[in-house]
Amino acid sequence: MAVLSVTNLSVVKRDRLLFEKLNFAVELGGLLYVKGQNGAGKTSLLRVLAGLVDADSGEVCFSQQNIRDCRETYHKNLVYFGHKLGVNQTLSAVENLQYWCNQHQVVVSLETIFSTLAQLNLVGLEDIPVANLSAGQQRRVALARFWFKQDAKLWILDEPFTALDTQGIELLSRQITKFLSVGGAVVMTSHQQLQLDYPKDELTLEYRI
Amino acid sequence: MAPLMAILKRDLALAYRQRAELMQPMMFFILVISLFPLSVGPEPKTLQLIGPGVIWVAAILSSLLGLERLFRDDFQDGSLEQLMLSSTPLPAAVLVKVLAHWLTSILPLIILSPLLALFLHLSEPMYWALLKTLLLGTPLLSLIGAIAVGLTVGLNRGGVLLALLLLPVFIPLLIFATSAVESASMQLQYTAQLAIIGAMFLFSLALAPFAIAYALRVSQN
Repeated sequence: MAVLSVTNLSVVKRDRLLFEKLNFAVELGGLLYVKGQNGAGKTSLLRVLAGLVDADSGEVCFSQQNIRDCRETYHKNLVYFGHKLGVNQTLSAVENLQYWCNQHQVVVSLETIFSTLAQLNLVGLEDIPVANLSAGQQRRVALARFWFKQDAKLWILDEPFTALDTQGIELLSRQITKFLSVGGAVVMTSHQQLQLDYPKDELTLEYRI
Repeated sequence: MAPLMAILKRDLALAYRQRAELMQPMMFFILVISLFPLSVGPEPKTLQLIGPGVIWVAAILSSLLGLERLFRDDFQDGSLEQLMLSSTPLPAAVLVKVLAHWLTSILPLIILSPLLALFLHLSEPMYWALLKTLLLGTPLLSLIGAIAVGLTVGLNRGGVLLALLLLPVFIPLLIFATSAVESASMQLQYTAQLAIIGAMFLFSLALAPFAIAYALRVSQN
């Protein structure tokens, strides 16, 4: 069954047509890898898919229902990771994650948060303001979300590997593969060579003038 | 309810950690008001005449200074995106954020107001009237202000634009608030003015959250 299906999607940004009449579907356990040059509209596509921005025409459906009509259920089943991390610089890693979990109605104990941060190699950095962490470490804090929201069905990741070291990339790749193998669906972009040991569908966006 | 409490707790904790930034509008409020007795002269009659207006204008200006904090950081670091993608209804979430903003940046101004009323020789009935108009009127500043912040947050450097958008909108509030204090100075009833301010407040309380949520969604484009 298609988790996410897109019909005739067109997006115009600043008088430039990014793509038109786009059709695709992501099945349960499917991985869609969106490729394209800088400016081809990858981020815009993912933001439309997440429901942050409305498309100019066409529709995005989650389980055969337009996401505009089932915003609440859709967002309950979605984890979005964009260019902006969604991590407050003044709060600590633990505070940020606790807030996020509360916000998304995910019940997670403090021990789980600490052990996940340990898994992400952030031992000893849990309680200092995120602003004092390096760029890669800040990303790791934001990525911890993918360890918490167990019942999500769809992950949308926009350039998740930027600023991560090889160990971080491997850790995240493993988590993505794990999620896919239990039947989750993933839509992602990446300029790095994808090292996922999983069959993927590719969607290439052309840069249009 | 839990997600809304989490927003309130987080925003209060953030305000406490950024208290230096919060102090600035407050200092501005005190300084602006203390300039008036110095420049106009210490004549009690003149000060009493201009006092309510001065306090209200200073309150509006200093609330504009801190207003941008409401959504700026959340917009820039992406917390706002994550908030929109949660199952919490956005209008309820922004209402809580406005409440947190009012508690942290406007309530202190109201607490300081007795001292400033003393600067400006306001009589006791005048002060009580002023306090009532401030309590009813300043939430209106936050609510309407938040709509404008929502609209300008994507522009970066919306500071002056924000003031230009909002100051004309606040004129009715200013007129009724100062007229209430003026009536109080003449020992007259001022319930009518309070009722009008209250009505404006309730009206904006009912509609502003939806407008703010819509403005924030537009800013994501």
